[in-house]
Amino acid sequence: MISINNLKAGIGDKEILKGFNLNVKPGEVHAIMGPNGSGKSTLANVLAGKEDYTVTDGSVTFNGKDLLDMSPEDRAREGLFLAFQYPVEIPGVSNINFLKTCLSEIRAYKGLPPIEAKDFLKMVKEKQALVELQGSLANRSVNEGFSGGEKKRNEIFQMAMLEPSLAILDETDSGLDIDALRIVANGVNKLRDKNRSFVVITHYQRLLDYIVPDFVHVMYNGQIVKSGPKELALELEEKGYDWIKKEEEQVI
Amino acid sequence: MSDILEEITSSEYKYGFTSNIEMETAPKGLSEDIIRFISQKKNEPDWMLEFRLQAFRKWQTMEEPKHWAHLNYPKIDFQDIIYYAAPKPKKKLNSLDEVDPELLKTFEKLGISLEEQKRLSGVESTIAVDAVIDSVSVKTTFKEVLAEKGIIFCSFSEAVHEHPELVKKYMGSVVPYTDNYYAALNSAVFTDGSFCYIPKGVRCPMELSTYFRINTSGTGQFERTLIIADEGGYASYLEGCTAPSRDENQLHAAVVEIIVHENAEIKYSTVQNWYPGDKDGKGGVYNFVTKRGICFGDNSKLSWTQVETGSAITWKYPSVILKGNNSVGEFYSVAVTNNYQQADTGTKMIHLGSNTRSTIVSKGISAGFSNNSYRGLVRIGKGAKNARNFSQCDSLLMGDKCGAHTFPYIEIKDKSAIVEHEATTSKIGEDQLFYCKQRGLDTEKAVALIVNGYCKEVLNKLPMEFAVEAQKLLAVSLEGSVG
Repeated sequence: MISINNLKAGIGDKEILKGFNLNVKPGEVHAIMGPNGSGKSTLANVLAGKEDYTVTDGSVTFNGKDLLDMSPEDRAREGLFLAFQYPVEIPGVSNINFLKTCLSEIRAYKGLPPIEAKDFLKMVKEKQALVELQGSLANRSVNEGFSGGEKKRNEIFQMAMLEPSLAILDETDSGLDIDALRIVANGVNKLRDKNRSFVVITHYQRLLDYIVPDFVHVMYNGQIVKSGPKELALELEEKGYDWIKKEEEQVI
Repeated sequence: MSDILEEITSSEYKYGFTSNIEMETAPKGLSEDIIRFISQKKNEPDWMLEFRLQAFRKWQTMEEPKHWAHLNYPKIDFQDIIYYAAPKPKKKLNSLDEVDPELLKTFEKLGISLEEQKRLSGVESTIAVDAVIDSVSVKTTFKEVLAEKGIIFCSFSEAVHEHPELVKKYMGSVVPYTDNYYAALNSAVFTDGSFCYIPKGVRCPMELSTYFRINTSGTGQFERTLIIADEGGYASYLEGCTAPSRDENQLHAAVVEIIVHENAEIKYSTVQNWYPGDKDGKGGVYNFVTKRGICFGDNSKLSWTQVETGSAITWKYPSVILKGNNSVGEFYSVAVTNNYQQADTGTKMIHLGSNTRSTIVSKGISAGFSNNSYRGLVRIGKGAKNARNFSQCDSLLMGDKCGAHTFPYIEIKDKSAIVEHEATTSKIGEDQLFYCKQRGLDTEKAVALIVNGYCKEVLNKLPMEFAVEAQKLLAVSLEGSVG
């Protein structure tokens, strides 16, 4: 699915990713955990193609193509989806219109005709149910006046609509109460299948109780410093990140 | 909306072509002789010529307004303009077959149908068109259908001949020739435009529209539009305009007067797309327009909606005099400036009657090196009891070389008035753009989407077909402005 090799990137002169490696196969769920400032969100933004970041070394292959060579919109059209940590508001543009425009663009890129209005609405109804989003939210402006929880649910709703092959969830659990967390996680779980992969970025083990990962990676100082099965998350929860930090410092 | 956005392909000014139509023109320059020439060409009665000459004499004593608007342009040489240009031969047309095919082609190219057929199914979406090219109206459609209801919709020239009593009564009653420099100039040399009269209690069954096209090089267009809704009447009127791309600046100085009687309502919508000049600010139309309406009777309503994307310079303040009690004035505006365009536009709401209400929603969008100003006056006269106004002026900036300015003037002479003013300035955020791109939209589509969302309140006020045009236009006007 995606293969990240020795990725180095940063803002200006400040290097944040310092030789990052990760391989994700179709259908796998990888969790990336780590303390604040370890580069988790930078990784998400660099993969999505945010222009503020400069890639200085390394390569990323996505479904056999050179990801770093593509514009942000082409990465999205190729099936990469980022659920934003802070979803932005677009006043005056309804969720429905927004998604229809996006979906049409993605379909056009793949040489498909625009989706029929009837099929589109059916799809909206189905996917809304996945994240228990109220019908009225779909007709409101994108994220405008949404609560924190609604914004995150809306991200998952968009993901469900755009049907990406790789979804990166950037701290989707932050700011969610336990009910919203359960709803978001359920939504994600229903979208899991053998052809779709997830990279779940989070601080807390809590989310991984609901979205059970195949692999857990610990990120520190711009690199993955430890990888393991889902039990690693529990160990982290118990021992805290200082354990990892110490281990790292000893190696140096 | 996505369908509309998909259609956008060209970033050039689409209407910049020139038509090869044989024209009859007056010699350059302005004098009493030229005014007599125009009047004679139009075979006008003496009272009309007298009106023109009075206006001209007044104009000669006036000074070109220069200093108050936030605009910058070289002095206009009024002797270097052709004041009359008409396709020839100019004979009275009885059917479409008699219209020069080249003219028909021109309007077809502009997407304006002069064929009297329903453009969409359903009567509601039918539009009657008055097509004006340079100085004359070439064709008015659906006249007979409208006449059955007693509605008069024809060119101004025709109204002078056929309905002199109405023209005499109302012309200059809202915008007298003494009003301002360009209104005086227009009154002296105006050539054509539309005339519309809605009789008592009649609801106009279709949209009325005038399409203005400047074609001939070196000409100015001075049209005059007069709309009257008698008691209980209603009409929705649309105005569209384009011009060929030329290196020179062309002058467009129009006057629009609207009179709304008791319980009547007029909706006036404009999509202004005069040639804006090229990327370096060369050429383009100077659009100096006086538009004003009066809510004369009680419970009357006048609503202006404008989408301004064209012109090198726009100077325009569609206004409402709220004379009747309980009358309502509205102004909804989107003004877009890109490259080196300048716009100084807004409205005046003059409250005279009691319980009068006005709403102003202005959305300015500036890109490139352009300057975009909102200038608005809300005046509550003495004795205008319980008048209410709400104004909202938003500015959106794209890039850091453009300017957005807001000049609100508020004069309140009655203590019972409630006047609210809100203003915001924002920039299209990098975060918004990135968010859209991450969902598969390219920059142009993302900008179009964000801008259309920003203008939604105003676009929603436009009749359906016009709204579609306007959305496309906004996207095209701003192409290449972020990047």
